[in-house]
Amino acid sequence: MITVSHLTKMYGLRTAVNDLSFEVKKGEVVGFLGPNGAGKSTTMKILTGFMPATLGKVTVAGFDVFDQTIEVKRNVGYLPETPPVYNEMTVLDYLDHAARLHQVPSAKRRASVGLAIDKTSLGHVAGRLIGNLSKGYKQRVGLAQTLVHNPAVLILDEPTVGLDPKQIIEIRELIKGLAGEHTVILSTHILPEVAATCQRVIVINKGRIVAQDTFEQLSNRLKRGQVFTLQVRQTEPSAIAALKSLPGVTSVSTEGSKILLEVAPEAGEVRDRIVETAVQARMGVLEFAAEKLSLEDVFVQLTTEEAK
Amino acid sequence: MKNVWTVARRDYRAYFASPIAYIVIAGFLLIMGWMFFFNLNYFNLQSMQYQQMGMGKQPTLTDGLIRPLYGNMNVILLFMTPFITMRLLAEERKNQTLALLMTSPLTLTEIIVGKFLSAFLLNLTLLACTLIYPVILFWAGNPEAGPIFTSYLGTLLLSGCYLAIGLLFSATTENQIVAGALTFAGGLFFWLINWAAQSAGPVASDVLNYLSLISHYQNFGQGVLASHDALFFLSFIGTGLFLTHRVLDSYRWR
Repeated sequence: MITVSHLTKMYGLRTAVNDLSFEVKKGEVVGFLGPNGAGKSTTMKILTGFMPATLGKVTVAGFDVFDQTIEVKRNVGYLPETPPVYNEMTVLDYLDHAARLHQVPSAKRRASVGLAIDKTSLGHVAGRLIGNLSKGYKQRVGLAQTLVHNPAVLILDEPTVGLDPKQIIEIRELIKGLAGEHTVILSTHILPEVAATCQRVIVINKGRIVAQDTFEQLSNRLKRGQVFTLQVRQTEPSAIAALKSLPGVTSVSTEGSKILLEVAPEAGEVRDRIVETAVQARMGVLEFAAEKLSLEDVFVQLTTEEAK
Repeated sequence: MKNVWTVARRDYRAYFASPIAYIVIAGFLLIMGWMFFFNLNYFNLQSMQYQQMGMGKQPTLTDGLIRPLYGNMNVILLFMTPFITMRLLAEERKNQTLALLMTSPLTLTEIIVGKFLSAFLLNLTLLACTLIYPVILFWAGNPEAGPIFTSYLGTLLLSGCYLAIGLLFSATTENQIVAGALTFAGGLFFWLINWAAQSAGPVASDVLNYLSLISHYQNFGQGVLASHDALFFLSFIGTGLFLTHRVLDSYRWR
C-alpha cells in the first residue's frame, strides 16, 4: 500500500530524513517511533503529498507522491499534530466541508459524514461549535475528518498527544478498530502507544531507520544482554558474591528480596548455574524468571545505541 | 470550479460566523451613509443656489453627487480591505488548518482562487448594500444609469486589486496584524505611486502613471467603460494571485 525507497529530505543543509526505505502492506497498522525531531512528521508530510521529498521515491496506494499528488491526496486521510479544525464551525458543518474538499459526491456526502461521526462517536456533539469542545473531542473531530472520504490510507501524526489518559485509551481503541479496513501509519514518541495499537514498529532516530519489526521481535532481538530476576527469601552478601562470581554474569543488584542479574550475551546458557548457586547458598528460591524488556527499554536502547 | 466554490463557501460563511462581516459592513455603511447624506445636502444647496440666483453652473447628479460618492467609496474600501483579507491565509497558518487544504485533493490554484472569491463575495455583499443610494436617487430624481453602472464595475475591479494585495500579504505571514498593515500600505502605495511621475523622466512617468490604481478608475467614474482599464485591473489581480501561489508553494519546499 505504501512503499518508500531511499527517501531523503533536506531543510537547507540540515538533513531531516536520511535514506529511509520501508513498506507497509494493506490493512497494517504501523507505528512510527522516535524521539522528537527524529523526522517522523517530515516523513508523514511527504507521504501525504503535503511536502515534496528532496530525493527518493514514495508511492501511496499505487500513486507516486510527486507526480500524482492529487490522486495520493484522494486516497489519504491525514491528521497533523494539531487537528486542522475550524473553531467557528460546528462538527457537522466541518465534516461536511471536509467531505466536499475531498470531493465526496453530494449524494453520498450525508451518509459519509454520518459514518465518520458514528465511528468516532461524535453523535452527541455534532451540532456544537468545535471551539467549545475539549482537546480530546477536537482530536476526535480531526480523526473523523480523516475518515470522511473513506481513504485507503490513514496517516496520523501523534494522535494522542495532549490528551488525558481516558481519552488516550479511547483514541487508541478507535485506531485499533480502523485496522484492516484502512492501512494506518501513526507516529508517536510514547512507547506504550505502539505496543497498544500497532502490529509493526518502525523506529526512527535522526532521520534514519534504526529498526523495523514487530514489537515482540524487537524486544527479543534486544535481549542479547539478558536480564533475569531471582526472587528469594534471604539475600546473604556471601550468596550475592557467589552469584557475582559466576562466569558470564556482568552485574548483580538487589531490590529487597528481588535480585536482578545481567548476563553477557556471549555467556551462553547460564540459567541452571545461577539456580544451582542460589540453592547451594540456601537463599530460598521463590521464583526465577527471564525479564522481558519493556518497550521503553527497547526504545532507549535502540536510540542511544545509534547515537554511539 | 466546484473545488473553488468549496473553499470560497467556507470562507465566506466564516466571515459571518465571526463579528468580522458585521463590523466591516456596519462600519462601511455608516461612513457611506454619512457621506451620501452630506453629499446630497451639498448638492441640493448648489442646485438651489443655481436656480435662485443663477450662480455657478447647473450641477448634474453625475458630476455633483455620483462621482464624488463612488470616488470616496473607493477610499473607504481601501481602509476596509485589510480587515477582510488579513485572516484569509494568515489565520489558517496560525491555527494550522492550512494542512487540511494542502492535503485535500485540490490544486493550489483552486485554493487561492477560492480564497480570493470568498473575499470578493464579501465585497460584493458590501456593495450590494450600497445599492440603496441609487434606488433613492432614482426614486427622487433622474440620474444617469450609465455612470452608476460603470462606477460599480470600476469599484468592484479596483477593490479586487486591494483584495489581491491583501491575499498576497496574508500568505506571507501568520500574523494577521502584519498582513493587515502591509495590505493597507501596499494598497495605498499603488494609489499614490503616480505622485512620483511628476518628477520622473518621460518613460518612467508613463510607467508610474500606468501602475497607479486610481488613474485606471477615473474613466469608470466618469461613466466610460474602458476595456484597457478593466484589463489593467484584471492583470493586477492575476499578478497578485500568481504571487500568492508562489509564496504558498514555497512553503512546501522549506
